[in-house]
Amino acid sequence: MAFAAFATAEAQPQAPKKRSRIALFLLLPGIAYLVLFFLTPLISLVLTSLQAPREFGDIGEFDYAFNWQNYVTVVQQYLPHIARSFGYALAATVLALLFSYPLAYFIGVKARRWPLLQSLMLVLVIAPFFISFLLRTLAWKQILSDESFIITSLKALSLMAPDAHFTGTPFAVIFGLTYNFIPFMTLPLYTTLERLDTRYLEAGSDLYANPFTVFRKITVPLSMPGIVAGTLLTFIPAAGDYVNASRDFLGGPDTQMMGNVIEANFLVLLNYPVAAALSIILMAAILVLVGIYVKRSGTEDLL
Amino acid sequence: MAVREFAERGADLELVGIQKRFPGFTAIEELDLVIPAGSFFALLGPSGCGKTTTLRLVAGLEEPTKGRILIGGKDVTDTKSHERPVNTVFQSYALFPHMTIIENVAFGLKRRRIGDPLGKAHEALKLVELDHIAQRKPQQLSGGQQQRVALARAIVNRPALLLLDEPLGALDLKLRRQMQLELKTIQEEVGLTFLHVTHDQEEAMTMADTVAVMNNGVIEQMGAPEELYELPRTSFVANFLGQSNLFTGAVVGTTGTAITVAAAGGRIVVPTSRAQRHQGEVTVGVRPEKVTLHVEEPGESSARSVLGPGRIVDVSFSGVSTQYLVDVAGAGTVVVFAQNMGFGPVAEVGTEVWLSWAIDHGFGLDDEPGEGGRFPADDSTRSIAVQRREALVSELEEH
Amino acid sequence: MSGEVQAGAALSGLAESEQQEARRPVRRPRGRRIGLGDWLLPAYTIIAFVFLLIPIAYTFVFSFNDSIKSNISWRGFTLDKWLNVCRVEGGAVCEAFGNSVVIGVTATVIATALGTMIAIALVRYRFRARSAISLLLFLPMATPEVVLGAGLAAQFLAVGVPKDMTTIILAHTMFCISFVVVTVKARVASLDPALEEAGRDLYASPAQVFRRITFPLLTPGILAAALLSFALSFDDFIIMNFNSGSTSTFPKYVYISASRGIPAEANVIASAVFLLALVLVIGAQVSRAARAKRLAKLG
Repeated sequence: MAFAAFATAEAQPQAPKKRSRIALFLLLPGIAYLVLFFLTPLISLVLTSLQAPREFGDIGEFDYAFNWQNYVTVVQQYLPHIARSFGYALAATVLALLFSYPLAYFIGVKARRWPLLQSLMLVLVIAPFFISFLLRTLAWKQILSDESFIITSLKALSLMAPDAHFTGTPFAVIFGLTYNFIPFMTLPLYTTLERLDTRYLEAGSDLYANPFTVFRKITVPLSMPGIVAGTLLTFIPAAGDYVNASRDFLGGPDTQMMGNVIEANFLVLLNYPVAAALSIILMAAILVLVGIYVKRSGTEDLL
Repeated sequence: MAVREFAERGADLELVGIQKRFPGFTAIEELDLVIPAGSFFALLGPSGCGKTTTLRLVAGLEEPTKGRILIGGKDVTDTKSHERPVNTVFQSYALFPHMTIIENVAFGLKRRRIGDPLGKAHEALKLVELDHIAQRKPQQLSGGQQQRVALARAIVNRPALLLLDEPLGALDLKLRRQMQLELKTIQEEVGLTFLHVTHDQEEAMTMADTVAVMNNGVIEQMGAPEELYELPRTSFVANFLGQSNLFTGAVVGTTGTAITVAAAGGRIVVPTSRAQRHQGEVTVGVRPEKVTLHVEEPGESSARSVLGPGRIVDVSFSGVSTQYLVDVAGAGTVVVFAQNMGFGPVAEVGTEVWLSWAIDHGFGLDDEPGEGGRFPADDSTRSIAVQRREALVSELEEH
Repeated sequence: MSGEVQAGAALSGLAESEQQEARRPVRRPRGRRIGLGDWLLPAYTIIAFVFLLIPIAYTFVFSFNDSIKSNISWRGFTLDKWLNVCRVEGGAVCEAFGNSVVIGVTATVIATALGTMIAIALVRYRFRARSAISLLLFLPMATPEVVLGAGLAAQFLAVGVPKDMTTIILAHTMFCISFVVVTVKARVASLDPALEEAGRDLYASPAQVFRRITFPLLTPGILAAALLSFALSFDDFIIMNFNSGSTSTFPKYVYISASRGIPAEANVIASAVFLLALVLVIGAQVSRAARAKRLAKLG
């Protein structure tokens, strides 16, 4: 929705716009703030990523340099983490889309006749946001722990091997990412589906399309903006997340993602250049992927 | 705060050499206009002709590129909108949705710190017969009620000049007629100067004392409604206000009182006083309802112009009248409206007919023949399609 | 990205949907065979909501657990944790909660003010570098939070600013601005410029037009943006973790306690916040629906 919001056409014809010093006055504080606390930090991050360790320095002491080998080392050392970040994020995005589409369709299209029910269901979709992100992830950890009712039942029914675990596995991490970002997927989907004119669907079936074809040829293409916005809103934070994959939450030693490495290097190992280089790689990769994706799905105007 | 007091009465509005350019196009070429105090003046024209821009200039919502605006003899060109003794009834009404009706109406009075704003607002609401819903919000009102509130909100300030920006455009036909009457009554009651902008010729003609027809940023013709209709000076006016049959030809004879034009395979006589040009190539015309159909060739008469023979190509019955389209060699298609005095049409498609009209009903235009040409009539799908395409092409060229 | 990004966005979306309710033609599907959608979709929806609400129910239930230190297994019902939230660990949970509120309110006020100004300028004025500014507003939303957090931390490190509550507020304001702009911009764009012109026409000076017309009409959008900002700030852990120094906030408290078991008092606070938010949102929904019904009746 955030993405789409930048693209929405202005609803009212605006009076001829004026050039004015007022515009400057309105823009300057906010833009200056973003330059100071968003743009400059990104530059700092690039500079930090090229730093070299200070000779005879302590841990955490670095000098500005042009040590581009940092990137090579980082990629060699953390390739599995990079692969996991994008793999898990991709899996979580696909799962969230599969989970959310029918839900959004029901709320946005089928429930139109009952506006109050519709808005209450919408509240239920965002309800998980009202409770702490960390606590709800921890709740899943408890619910799906080895001693929990669900897992012991599955083991009793021989649906799971007796010595298998759920928490600590990649599945648990993907599960957590999916759960946590479902609302990010459902809401943009809902926004486009809610505007879907059902007369198009009727016209489709009038023109000899069966329900499946109507869905594939009419509903899906018309909800493309929501699909693109939802997948981006899910994929980007999922790729950078480190809470779900953390050992104290749903992850284990073999599920660490880029976010975990960045956090550990920055806050624990005080190895700033490595953390910075990984951050830059993460951001660049996401921007490239998003660019390609948006171009291929034919929704450039979204950005 | 310049205006702390009510205007005593309506004031003259004077526009001197006004020009308005926007980036990329010129909305008003050159405009000089005097609207006398107390009159009901209508600016009529198709969309994009510059009429709304004119109104916004007077309201102070736009600044002219060149020229002066005077209200009651005072130059207000450099005065801001909120300092002008002018109020507007907006096209969309623009009632403030977060205020009640009474708060809307009292808004201007409160800004000017005029005593007893609520009392005066209630009086204004009584004038438009809506005082019983003073506490409602605008969203709870029908279109007609909103329009009346917008009117009350403007006239309660007793402006020297009241501007109406197509205020009836959003209403259905019946309500519109009712509102037109009401507006006219109120104008006569309060004696303000009204400047009314509209694209609806009927609305302009029924309400205004003076109508100015605007096209492409200039006023084509101005005058009393009857005068405009009976004696249009340009082909644009002749076809924008009602329909006209126009014929172009050379002047072949002049007497003291009339000119004779060789056109449409015959001779058309127009009184000199009703013709703008008296020599060379001229365009003359006649209104369709002034034309009589004859199934036999009428005799020569010095009082009537005769065309024909022609053949009826279309007959359409519309209740009070029947419209005939007659193909006349050399004149193209001529439109005739005949009152339905008898039962059913008097002639059928294919009938050979002659056309005649009293020479006093003819008029001669000021246009250079060939320039501009015939304003496309909107009575056939084909001409509508042509108009649409032309509008689209010109729109594309603008960008 | 922290949890509640969409929560406020949805709030603002709901605020907008008020005018739109009437426009959709509501049509019953023509009589046809009972299709899959008639029972499968509603059934799926119910299951989906159960799934979405499980962890919330869990957190809520365990706020009544008579736990001793870690709150993992059920030991019996008690109201004690609700009644004495601040008693545990010398009030560490409450202190963290208080810090989160202070940070959230401060960041919200600044971000809402700055973002609203930008939103008005973007819709109402022409200026150069428009696309550059749009990009600058878009990028923070497309950047993973871990990068935002690490970037700011690197900056503070380079400049030598010690990390404390101020740095958290600076960070939160930064990422809230873009969301405020998006939310308020939609409202400004849907504002009929004729309303402001009518104000000018009715003798209101530019300042009065802003105070009496523009601002009141933008209020729902600004309010939604402020709620969104607060929710974003209150629930953010990732960015805050990089810039908090030794300052404790509620998410950080939870994160740190996660390894050794979280006291039930944290569940109490989370549940209370959840209930408060839910009551607010549902209350707004119901009153809006009631108003719409009343309007429909009158109209």
